[in-house]
Amino acid sequence: MSDEYDNNKSYQAQSSEVIDGSTGSVNPDIDYVRPAEVGEQDLYHGHSFIEKWVFCQDAKVIGVQYFLTAVFTGIVGLILSWLMRLQLGFPELAGFMTAEHYYQFVTMHGMIMVVYFLTALFLGGFGNYLIPLMVGARDMVFPYVNMLSFWMFFVAVAVLMASFFVPGGPTGAGWTLYPPQTILEGTPGSGMGILLMLISLSLFVIGFTMGGLNYMITILQARTRGMTLMRMPLTVWGIFTATVLAMLAFPALLVSAIMMTLDKVLQTSFFMPTILKAGEVLEYGGGSPILFQHLFWFFGHPEVYIVALPAFGIVSDLISVHARKNIFGYRMMVWAIVGIGGLSFFVWAHHMYVSGMNPWFGFFFATTTLIIAVPTAMKVYNWILTLWRGNIRINTVMLWCLGFIVTFVNGGITGIFLGNVSVDVPLSDTYFVIAHFHMVMGIAPLMVIMGAVYHWFPLVAGKMLHEGLGKWHFWITFLGAYSIYFPMHYLGFIGVPRRYFEMYDSPYMTSAVGMNEFISIAAFIVGAAQFILVFNIIKTLKTGKKAEQNPWKANSLEWYTSTVPPEHGNFGERLPVVHRWPYDFSVPGAKDDFIPQTTAPSEVIHTEVEKT
Amino acid sequence: MHAGIIFLLVIIGSVLFHIFTPWYWTDIASNWGGMDDTITLTFWVGGGVFVAVCLFMIYCVFRYSHKEDRRAEYKPEDKKLEKILTWATTLGVAALLAPGLIIWNQYVNVPKNAIEVDVMAWQWGWQYRLPGADGKLGTTQVRNIADNNPFGINPDDPFGRDDIMVESDVINLENNRPVKILLRSVDVLHNWYVPQFRAKMDAVPGTVTFYWFEPNKVGEYEVLCAEYCGVGHYAMRGGVEVQDKADYEVWLSEQETFEQLSARYEKLNVDGNKLAKK
Repeated sequence: MSDEYDNNKSYQAQSSEVIDGSTGSVNPDIDYVRPAEVGEQDLYHGHSFIEKWVFCQDAKVIGVQYFLTAVFTGIVGLILSWLMRLQLGFPELAGFMTAEHYYQFVTMHGMIMVVYFLTALFLGGFGNYLIPLMVGARDMVFPYVNMLSFWMFFVAVAVLMASFFVPGGPTGAGWTLYPPQTILEGTPGSGMGILLMLISLSLFVIGFTMGGLNYMITILQARTRGMTLMRMPLTVWGIFTATVLAMLAFPALLVSAIMMTLDKVLQTSFFMPTILKAGEVLEYGGGSPILFQHLFWFFGHPEVYIVALPAFGIVSDLISVHARKNIFGYRMMVWAIVGIGGLSFFVWAHHMYVSGMNPWFGFFFATTTLIIAVPTAMKVYNWILTLWRGNIRINTVMLWCLGFIVTFVNGGITGIFLGNVSVDVPLSDTYFVIAHFHMVMGIAPLMVIMGAVYHWFPLVAGKMLHEGLGKWHFWITFLGAYSIYFPMHYLGFIGVPRRYFEMYDSPYMTSAVGMNEFISIAAFIVGAAQFILVFNIIKTLKTGKKAEQNPWKANSLEWYTSTVPPEHGNFGERLPVVHRWPYDFSVPGAKDDFIPQTTAPSEVIHTEVEKT
Repeated sequence: MHAGIIFLLVIIGSVLFHIFTPWYWTDIASNWGGMDDTITLTFWVGGGVFVAVCLFMIYCVFRYSHKEDRRAEYKPEDKKLEKILTWATTLGVAALLAPGLIIWNQYVNVPKNAIEVDVMAWQWGWQYRLPGADGKLGTTQVRNIADNNPFGINPDDPFGRDDIMVESDVINLENNRPVKILLRSVDVLHNWYVPQFRAKMDAVPGTVTFYWFEPNKVGEYEVLCAEYCGVGHYAMRGGVEVQDKADYEVWLSEQETFEQLSARYEKLNVDGNKLAKK
């Protein structure tokens, strides 16, 4: 069949009965899809440059705006990580850096990467661009609110960046912002810096809620005809579940930010007990520092899955398309995403085994944490079983997916160490933890982001990124990042604590010096290698090969738009009608090795499709 | 092809690194060998899964790389296989969880004969208090802290009078005797951590937390703060000296009690007043 999407196709077989050509008998209409229950959405098309590209209501433009803003913050985070690695590997070259600077860089790097880079990129970036396209909608259901969501995020980023320039600099409290030190002198940026951080986080949550409502309601209410929930691409399932988590988890961050602001500005004592500082008792009393930790991690652990679930979904789709094989165990994959999302609200205190909370909590949270390993492992099995007996294209996109599997399994396994309460005792607050979470929620999701960029770039820009440069980008990033974080676990075994500006005068830690130099060099190279992608994008936009429609021969709706790149409204005059799941690859009896979601059963009557 | 080979080398390299690494446990000096054993067990099980998954992936890359004339298998689900994998994983996870919980149970139940040590933390230092002859520590309050009462002991508490003050960042401990570390902080979070003892717990202002261990190797150890506590965090070190019973008793007898300390300050005051009168 042709790659062109035919708008009229879906309307051809609308009668209640058709005649089966092969037997001549009259059958019920196998192509029947329930008619739409509500009319189509009216779209406001921008008229001026500002309406089309700045205050734009098109989810695709908003997605690109989110993406670029998040990437900007990511580059800031990357530069901060270089500065930290310079201090850790080559302190003699980092003479300009004081302990205050170091802790400010640590804090801003963590907060930027987790919240403003990864969360915004996956949900704001990929979510906005892909949700309407993949579920067959013209746009998000509340386009105006969606626009406000991005601009709220933009202001949040501006406030965050402004904190670099206020007296005292940005907060250096660690990204977890544990009180009481966060708002006391003795921590860098405990004046203006922390206030701007709390304001920025609050703005982020408000903006994100606007976007999140859009993602959820669009997925629930605006799917096209025939797009049942169990026919949605796993990308949409991942983003949907992550958004539900975000809607439930971010309020905990918001209230803790508000309470801490009050503690700071009005000397309330939500989180502040009686404190003796420089010989004087401060005007606080009766508050609980551990309460903050519970609130923070009630947000913070689901946050891990807010980043991970979209990555799970996207990588499933990429693997399936490029292995030319249906995702193995789709229903299991969906329930695993939903199950992990639900369980993620019952594990938060595994970040707090040695926090001084009631130690009996340890039994409960260790058990729930290890239970979550089961659906997660099922997802891993299903990814590799999708490769099994596939017809795998080893292109740049697939390489990123394979890199994801290696780093994710590695980081997932070390998570079993840290989740298992008494094993966590010697390892918590050491470099083992740093290595674990960078591998599992830094590098692994980054591999997916990169794979997704190479996969969907032809759709967004209409041009193919250069494969050779892509492969160099992948190998340097993967091998470099792996050699940063794999050996780093062993520093944790030695007992090297995290968040140390200097440390190696302890006799048993001297062996860490050599490794730190090596890790720093690898970090410089990996960071620099990311500019290969920037170069690739600029080069491709200027002189790149024009992409044909649906270059990867995928089935999901985003590749069947009326134009490439898709215009506002996505699907031309008529919305597509969906007849099957997006994973009908290599179906026996079919002419091509893929059957688009819009193909009616009567068009592929002789194939052995198991499930639609 | 090349991709498969490089991934294979990465996995082989990881295993070799683990076998030959010079970076590993700092020698243990406490009773928490069970933690190390559980980690070793998790390493074998988890590492085995990691290697198996990656090798399977690499096998697929070699065996099923793209050929124009071939089609992938079409098999959306395999209920039986999925069931087997779910149960095998559940069993594996349970096998790892069980020893973890058993050791945690030991960790939170302090032996009766443990000697209590009050570890008091501030930005950025440590000091220690031991119970006196009555075997009990006196109660404390942050507001009581003063030059003549460095631990903030309640002056009316009879148990506090004979408490032994160690106004130093080094504490001595008796070898092979369980210690219950009682942690408190007067300002922000801290964590009293000796890598060789494996154990740790945060000190939280406004409350008293605890953990226990039994040192089993005579020697000197460095104490690190393991919970970020502001700009001096990395410099917040202390020390522990584990001694045999005899040496320990000698050291203990040289320490000052709260009563003695109070008397010393009173004398200073009296002397001061006399001077002022003159």
